[in-house]
Amino acid sequence: MPLLKIDGLTRSFGPTRALGGASFTLDRGEIVALMGANGAGKSTLVNILSGALDADSGTITFARHPYAVRSPADAGRAGIVTVHQSTDRVGSPGLTVADALLLNSYADGSAPFFLSRRTIRRRARDILTKADFELPLDLDFAELSAADRQLVAIARAVSRKASLLILDEPTASISKPEAERLYRILKRLRGEGMAILYISHRIADLQALADRVVVMRGGKVVGSFNRPVDFEKAVETMIGRPLQSARPDTREATGAPIFEMRNASLLPGAAPFDLDLHAGQVVAISGVLGAGKSRLLSAIFGNAALAGGTMRLDGKRYAPVSVRAAIDAGVFMAGEDRHRSSLMPADWPGSTLAATISLPHLATWFPSGFLLGRREQAEAQHAIHRFGIRTSGPDAAISSLSGGNQQKVILGRWEAEPSRLLLLDEPFQGVDVGARHDIITAIRSNTQRATLIATSDPEEALEVADRILFIDHHTLIAAASSSASAQTFEATAR
Amino acid sequence: MTPIDNQTRAFNAGAHPIPFERLRTLVRTSAVFILLAAMIVGFSTAQPAFINLANQMSILQAVSVVAILGAGVTVTLAVGGFDLSIGAVAASSVMAASYAMIVWGLKAAETVPLVLAFGALVGLFNAFLIVKMKVPDLLATLAIMFLLSGLQLIPTAGRSISSGLILPDGSTATGSYDPAFLLIGRASLFGVVPAPVAVMLLVAPALYVLTEHTRVGRLLFATGGNEVATRLAGASVPRLKTLAYVLSGTLSSLGGIIVAARVGRGDVSSGGSLLMDAVAAALIGFAVLGLRRPNVFGTIVGAVFVGILLNGLTMLNAPYYTQDFVKGVVLVGALALTYGLGRSSR
Repeated sequence: MPLLKIDGLTRSFGPTRALGGASFTLDRGEIVALMGANGAGKSTLVNILSGALDADSGTITFARHPYAVRSPADAGRAGIVTVHQSTDRVGSPGLTVADALLLNSYADGSAPFFLSRRTIRRRARDILTKADFELPLDLDFAELSAADRQLVAIARAVSRKASLLILDEPTASISKPEAERLYRILKRLRGEGMAILYISHRIADLQALADRVVVMRGGKVVGSFNRPVDFEKAVETMIGRPLQSARPDTREATGAPIFEMRNASLLPGAAPFDLDLHAGQVVAISGVLGAGKSRLLSAIFGNAALAGGTMRLDGKRYAPVSVRAAIDAGVFMAGEDRHRSSLMPADWPGSTLAATISLPHLATWFPSGFLLGRREQAEAQHAIHRFGIRTSGPDAAISSLSGGNQQKVILGRWEAEPSRLLLLDEPFQGVDVGARHDIITAIRSNTQRATLIATSDPEEALEVADRILFIDHHTLIAAASSSASAQTFEATAR
Repeated sequence: MTPIDNQTRAFNAGAHPIPFERLRTLVRTSAVFILLAAMIVGFSTAQPAFINLANQMSILQAVSVVAILGAGVTVTLAVGGFDLSIGAVAASSVMAASYAMIVWGLKAAETVPLVLAFGALVGLFNAFLIVKMKVPDLLATLAIMFLLSGLQLIPTAGRSISSGLILPDGSTATGSYDPAFLLIGRASLFGVVPAPVAVMLLVAPALYVLTEHTRVGRLLFATGGNEVATRLAGASVPRLKTLAYVLSGTLSSLGGIIVAARVGRGDVSSGGSLLMDAVAAALIGFAVLGLRRPNVFGTIVGAVFVGILLNGLTMLNAPYYTQDFVKGVVLVGALALTYGLGRSSR
């Protein structure tokens, strides 16, 4: 009898089917890696297991009992603890590390009402002894590194006697030695009988840890690979086609570059690099979280300063002092995380589809200052047709659109006026496979400008770009053709 | 891995409204107007004098200052801020206007621009604290409120300002209120519309158009809705915030000018309830049309709503000391309407 048995799990969000009958099992003392492209259903599955979402149908059996939890706290009591990617929610600034370790016992009332420093330290020490690693107990939680915060969360899971630990991209934002320390700890926990399910795309993680790799695509489990894992095959299963197929329509760089960077350094001390972008070419920049992708795009967009080096746009010196200056020069950017970087909250002025598109172009479209005429509506209608946005019309609330359609609107915003260079930071976040295809087609159909895309997902980079560059420690390190395999990516990116 | 929550919310928002939902929406959007109509009918039945034109104008005159200040607060709410200094700006504008005419002997034509400039300057300083010094808006404007309440007492050593004021140095002030200035508070247009109401009727539509139908208004709301997105769309967030606080300061000093012209003296205790009343009007405005957001039209309706209620109750001999309680009840009701019904219909 396995520890966890999932059978035919489904879950839809409006018209989007995030899980379409996912099934798999997990045993005690087993480390299973969960792989899948964006929109494959990994997060939905994990959110259901961690109690953040309900399933529409299907059964989960955990430790011989039907598993039905209403909240993450419920899940924790049942024995499933999830460590999320954003570890800043593990504690809060102003609390010590000891407090953060004890947060669960504060909340569930198992800690005494009056707390002395000694009691706190003793109890925190006990928790660390049980988990068998060291953390500075008196440090403010805010000063802890991402890797150490993760350990706080893991120690708490151990102290709550979790039998299944779920980790979401655990090595995405930590250094290599930190990752190796994490591997050791996880292997020891496995030895003690804990089951571990973790989401990751990194070959290094998978090689070091996974007893088994479970691959999801389109809301289903489509493959399971036992040790020794054939990663090439696993990645092919994940994206549903052979890896070696290069883009049939790859464009070579011709003529003078639109955009040039010379001896650019993103941070003081980072190694300088050069970058050339040509008209009609789509270049993807890949690299792990925190490698400097967003910083590079921000610097080009005038939203952050370069530590050194020069930029040229169409042969002329280009040094934007503000976002406005960049936009006026024809450099546009759609930022990472559309809800934070591009969209207005629901029911707020400017939260319609048309107003979302017009925001950066108001001065051009309404020179009188008054919002008169149908320009905004007409531009929105144009974008709806061009990108195939599924919506009731230009005045629809942007929040009523699915993630993929929202992303099309954002792209429509920056395609509404001609640009020389379009920067897209993680343009496929929360976008389903179909919409992603439409977006890629739209991006590639423009041959007048250069396009630079930042993505941490090698598969996306392969799919959209003519040329792929890697960034690590804030410097571009190597180039690969789009026919390179996922394994080379990982090797290069490391 | 985070967009799941957002997607869930997005799809729920897009659900098709069932008939019951539609009724709920109708109640939410028109509740304030239905109540307003019911009140007018009720008060006129109980006390026929309520409905005559003179009384209607006196209601509007009573709410004009609150409506003007409320419009200013609405603009700061639109940029995601909050101006708590408006009451203090209005009060110190009353003192400044009186001081300018009585001590310095200035005329209306000089006093009005001077006081408006004072209000704009306070707004500029608020913006400096908030934009440049990064002080949270509530704290910055609260501090300025304290500062101004104290500052207005200093030139006269805490005395109210009227003709024949004895200055701290022992001399007597020789100036007096300019009759032209008093017209701002006391004249009537065509003998019907009081001047303060006329000012309100100019200011309110202008601000309504500015916030709802211009490029700048869209960007002001964009700043309040999502500052990062506004900056990444190429707009200057510091400039927009500065504009909002300068507008709010200037409108507050305009309110102060009207109070001074109506009272005809610089009273140290003037403008006591202006801040609370204006903020209440702006918050009641969230419920008007069911918009759940700051909006100038709602603010004006909110101010008038409270004015009608208080006037009617006074005519029915409700004691004056119940007024704050009544305002509180209206505000609580409006907020419950905005957020309670609003949330469940999502």
